Amino acid sequence: MRRLLFIIACLFLALPALGPALADDSMPAAPYAYRQLDDPQLETRAQDLMQTIRCLTCQSQSIADSDASLAGDLRSQIRERIAAGEDPEAIRKWLVARYGDYISYAPRVTRLTWPLFAAPLLFLALAALLLRRRFTAGGQ
Amino acid sequence: MSAPTTPSPKAPRWALWLPLILFVGFFALVIRGLLVPAGSDVASKFVGQPLPEFDLPAGADGKPGLARRDMLGGRPRLLNVFASWCIPCAVEAPQLAQLAAMGIELDGVAVRDRKPELAVFLARNGNPFTRIGADDLSKVQLAIGSSGVPETFVIDAKGVIRYQHIGDITPEDIPLILSKLEEAAR
Repeated sequence: MRRLLFIIACLFLALPALGPALADDSMPAAPYAYRQLDDPQLETRAQDLMQTIRCLTCQSQSIADSDASLAGDLRSQIRERIAAGEDPEAIRKWLVARYGDYISYAPRVTRLTWPLFAAPLLFLALAALLLRRRFTAGGQ
Repeated sequence: MSAPTTPSPKAPRWALWLPLILFVGFFALVIRGLLVPAGSDVASKFVGQPLPEFDLPAGADGKPGLARRDMLGGRPRLLNVFASWCIPCAVEAPQLAQLAAMGIELDGVAVRDRKPELAVFLARNGNPFTRIGADDLSKVQLAIGSSGVPETFVIDAKGVIRYQHIGDITPEDIPLILSKLEEAAR
């Protein structure tokens, strides 16, 4: 029994080694990856956008949260472009054109996604209808 | 859905099973989600679009840098997004060498790479590239919708991206790459 436990423990310890071999680069971070813009107003606009752009390396994080180098490069590029006067939504569009809606955390109403927006309204209407019937006919 | 005080004999018998059926369906969905790994590849939506304008300095001594204008005309070619710090990039090196030996022009974009490290990588794994551009801020990578290394793009004579291969090219992938190159030549 103890031997079995030992083998199981070894397997668990070996597990991380079996995962994908990841590597990282040794380049310094991009100029504006970790540096805010001097103008607080522009920085706010950049932050608002960066909070809603998905990191392509760590896909459940936004690029504002991620330390992946690709996220850093994208943050730097976004800050530079906003400092140059570009509209944040234009940058979002630029990214969606390259990576699809997946990269944006701000959902859009499209032919594919409209049921997600319509369903709550539909259920709300249904609930109102049912409650009305309960309070009028069934209430006595 | 009648008044709560009166029983509802009108409900069909199968309706009794409805909650169980719904639950089983939900359960099957959850199990499937747990067992089938979610793909993490992000396909480029830029396939079918012309390459954006770029002009990268040379990433390695002895090879020129890479600009958009270098990739126009002639036969379809491959654009390999790679890095010396990327392990699968070393794994696919023999396949890239094989493609280059077939006479296919192969240009490289080295992402966030240092010249000395890239030189060591090329010395160890071979250098099948005609040109290597240094993409220090991942600008070209982001501009063509690439989300990691390695990725390989098929570019036709007009500079249009025709195909994106995500991940390393395995020996089994070579026929696919060749057929995509042929498709791009038409």
